[in-house]
Amino acid sequence: MSARLFELMLKAAGTTVVISFVSIGIGLLIGILVCAAKLSPRPWLRWPAVLFVSFFRGVPLLVQLLLIYNLLPAIGLAVPSLVAALIGLSLCTAAYQAENLRGGFTSVPRGLLEAADMVGLSPWQQFRRIRAPIALRLTVPALVNEAILILKASSLVSVVGVIELTRTAQNLAASTYEPLLFYSVAGGLYLAINWMVAGGGSLTERALRRGRLA
Amino acid sequence: MSFDVSVIVAALPAILSGLKVTLGIWLAATMMGAGLGFVVAALRHFGPRPLGLALRLAVEILRGTPFLIQIFLLYFGGPFVGISLDPVPAGLLGLTIYAAAYFSEIFRAGFAAVPRGHVEAAQCVGLSQTQIVRRILIPEMTMLVLPQCVNMAVVLVKETAVLSIIAVPEATAVISALGSQQYAFVESLFLLAIIYWGLVEACGWAGRALETRLSKFRFA
Repeated sequence: MSARLFELMLKAAGTTVVISFVSIGIGLLIGILVCAAKLSPRPWLRWPAVLFVSFFRGVPLLVQLLLIYNLLPAIGLAVPSLVAALIGLSLCTAAYQAENLRGGFTSVPRGLLEAADMVGLSPWQQFRRIRAPIALRLTVPALVNEAILILKASSLVSVVGVIELTRTAQNLAASTYEPLLFYSVAGGLYLAINWMVAGGGSLTERALRRGRLA
Repeated sequence: MSFDVSVIVAALPAILSGLKVTLGIWLAATMMGAGLGFVVAALRHFGPRPLGLALRLAVEILRGTPFLIQIFLLYFGGPFVGISLDPVPAGLLGLTIYAAAYFSEIFRAGFAAVPRGHVEAAQCVGLSQTQIVRRILIPEMTMLVLPQCVNMAVVLVKETAVLSIIAVPEATAVISALGSQQYAFVESLFLLAIIYWGLVEACGWAGRALETRLSKFRFA
């Protein structure tokens, strides 16, 4: 493979990373809202959140992407495929992240909250100083896992025409008749990115453990 | 946005055949993947070290790359190394190998989670290695790994949709083609989403029911 083509693949890998991390970020924000709604005692808040999580975890991402990509024009919103892809990935990861966060929040030890009550912390102080930090720390491994899943799942946005790593490999494989080479290189790049994310994740975990309170 | 049910009713036979392919590939790949994954986990646990390392590398590669890339490599790259497969066998083989990588990790964790004391006790009373596997490790593991196995089966239902990209005539391919032929994207894609949603929920429900029934036999 020529240096120029490899550079093209590297750039495409960058696109994949950007798409994935933007989705993870937006997904985290939506996930926090969905998680809060799911933990809410009000049924009119809880049920839509339950339905949201169940739908986005129960339908293949490919179908979600096709649905969003074709549905938006049907309701008169013609968005570029990149935007459709970002919406799809973000909503999908939001559902998973909401569940991960919920797991984190529900595993905060009750004793800590009772102790906080005793010393007279307000509910907001309890949330900010006890529940949120502990829940977030418990969620970090799941978040890293989710980042890796989304990095891999983002290959599906190639189907709605976003030129990222998989689509670039596809284009180059078709124009050079060298599918083995280009798909292997793409696979290698995904692997390298995922290993870096996993490595960064375990460093973060270790740092958090060193500074831990409980 | 309009919703025309007649498009779907007219195409019912095609939809059913697509569903049959989805279910067939899913069941076959799940079972073969679990079997192969078990063999890989057992080889990594009991086999010689170099083989274990080679299998570990293979599992890491399969788990670290997108399924779509794996399928492209197999389907489009395969003919260059003498593996020419039609879409259905290629999809089945690809999904089985992918599933095996994940199942092997589940079983490996299962092997490691069986209390060492149970294995040592079995050795003390003179059980052979195969007896230990058959009568101690596998029964104890089954309960431990069941939830993750159900989870993996659910992941695999959804992964079958990716096979539409190499033209396996499964539900996603058939139903979304229906959409583009008749310009009925909304109807067809909603139907597709509902079908998978139902499958996934049913699978999760069946898994939980199975778990409750089997929990009677829990040892540890």
